[in-house]
Amino acid sequence: MKRAARYVIFYGALFGLWVLLAMLKVWPPYLFPTPWGVGEALYAGFQDHTYLIAIRVSMERVLIGYGISVVLGMILGLGVASNKFLEETMGGLLVSLQSLPSICWWPLALLWFGLNQNAILFVVVMGSLLSVTLAMEDGRKQMPKIFGQAGRNLGAKGFNLFWYVLLPASLPFIVSGLKQGWAFAWRSLITAEMLYLSLGLGQVLMMGRDLNDMSAVIAVMVLIIAIGFLVDGIVFKGIERHLQNKWGLTPAV
Amino acid sequence: MSANTHNLPGQFPIPIDPLVPVRPERVKASPLSIARPSLSPAISKVGLSEICLSYNTQSGERLLALDHINLQVKTGEFVCIVGPSGCGKSTLLLLIAGLHRQTSGQILVDGQPVEGPGTDRIMIFQEHGLFPWLTVGQNVEFGMKMKGIGKAEREEKTSYYLRLVHLAKFKDSYIHQLSGGMRQRVAIARALATEPDVLLMDEPFAALDAQTRDLLHDELERIWSETGRTIIFVTHNVREAIRLGDRVVLLTFRPGRVKSEFPVALQRPRHLEDPAVARAAGAILGELRDEINRSLEAEYSEGVKPHVDPEVEAGVRS
Repeated sequence: MKRAARYVIFYGALFGLWVLLAMLKVWPPYLFPTPWGVGEALYAGFQDHTYLIAIRVSMERVLIGYGISVVLGMILGLGVASNKFLEETMGGLLVSLQSLPSICWWPLALLWFGLNQNAILFVVVMGSLLSVTLAMEDGRKQMPKIFGQAGRNLGAKGFNLFWYVLLPASLPFIVSGLKQGWAFAWRSLITAEMLYLSLGLGQVLMMGRDLNDMSAVIAVMVLIIAIGFLVDGIVFKGIERHLQNKWGLTPAV
Repeated sequence: MSANTHNLPGQFPIPIDPLVPVRPERVKASPLSIARPSLSPAISKVGLSEICLSYNTQSGERLLALDHINLQVKTGEFVCIVGPSGCGKSTLLLLIAGLHRQTSGQILVDGQPVEGPGTDRIMIFQEHGLFPWLTVGQNVEFGMKMKGIGKAEREEKTSYYLRLVHLAKFKDSYIHQLSGGMRQRVAIARALATEPDVLLMDEPFAALDAQTRDLLHDELERIWSETGRTIIFVTHNVREAIRLGDRVVLLTFRPGRVKSEFPVALQRPRHLEDPAVARAAGAILGELRDEINRSLEAEYSEGVKPHVDPEVEAGVRS
């Protein structure tokens, strides 16, 4: 109850401040819209299906891009973790590449793939691949060795060993990295979509700017935050809870 | 166990004093000699000949962990390997399991050299060897699934082996929901379910309380006599070794060598508190004391925990 009360007070105050500033007209309304202006923009956007189409297009892209990252990242991470040579060479490269914002791949992607969906996907993959790879590498190292030994002892080898033993055994150690990878994928996607006529949420956001419609801009920002938050809260929290129940871990993990 | 004549009910255990240490003859193998085949493969289930294992420490020195180990284990025999922490007794099991490779020497199982892991030799670890992401039933059927055995047969055998360890009711539980003793019973069921000839047990009851351990001793002895498996059981507890083993093999501290072997001819079932067991343990402990002292000395002077086998820690990355 106390926690709920704190939430109500904090968000109530924030909302009140917004209403107050908008009512006082400190800034002109076309630069600083009212909450109900944003609400109307949201309603209108859903009414004419703009947002639904944009959400579908963006979700499709992020799922494909993130999916590629997860598969590639797991293979790469496992390789780096189990091979001394790769660890000493590629390990350092991966860490240094992490300081490169994913959108820096955009010019390269344009030249390689042309102005199309593949260029966007490339940026999404480059954005999230590193976190997944590093998480998998770390998880593979943290995973108790005894699981691998027990698995091989019971006759698991090759793909079976990876799929039925190493992957599930390292899952609790990589789930936070997978979550981070998702956040990077989502951010990279929106950034890339803002750069050309892409039909996705990023483009709808830029459309608001082009039309000088600040209510629409904030409405789309709210959507982007909400989707990121929902995936985190439903998908990843669900996975974490599932793992805690199976492994008997405390929720602190 | 018809081979163990001392098991016959009502028969007086012979010899009266079973604890005359039998010292293995140390045979120095010349570096050029080719590993000899087992002398009598027909009666040996597991044969170790001239096993050596050395590895590089972090400081770059070459350390000898196992030094010319020779051991023959008969089919259906229950052999206990005893030694101080750091004598490489757990590593020896990893070698027999094919999870680690010896530097030199040969391991024969049924006359065939061990080239890698095989489901005819299953390990039971001290703890944490079960898969926490699987239920009890899924753990037990894991080995059969890897072998490609069909679902119906897997289920039938899973419930059979769970009944054997009295855990049928816990088929759908997760591992963390079980007590330590129940977990080790699951581990035994999981090992038996792949129908191995040899069980390799690495201090399986060391982390359990005394009462649970007593019960599991009884249960293991019952399962052993019902299934006729060959068991190689590693422990640092001498009484436990005498309670369970047909033979106790004593290893020295770093490098691990076979110091002596004690056939245990006490009548079964034995109990940890039996005076005969205590007396036998006393004799072995006398032999073991020097080794324990050496292991403690190493611990104090090196400031390293001797129970960490670096070669086990370094493990094979799979």
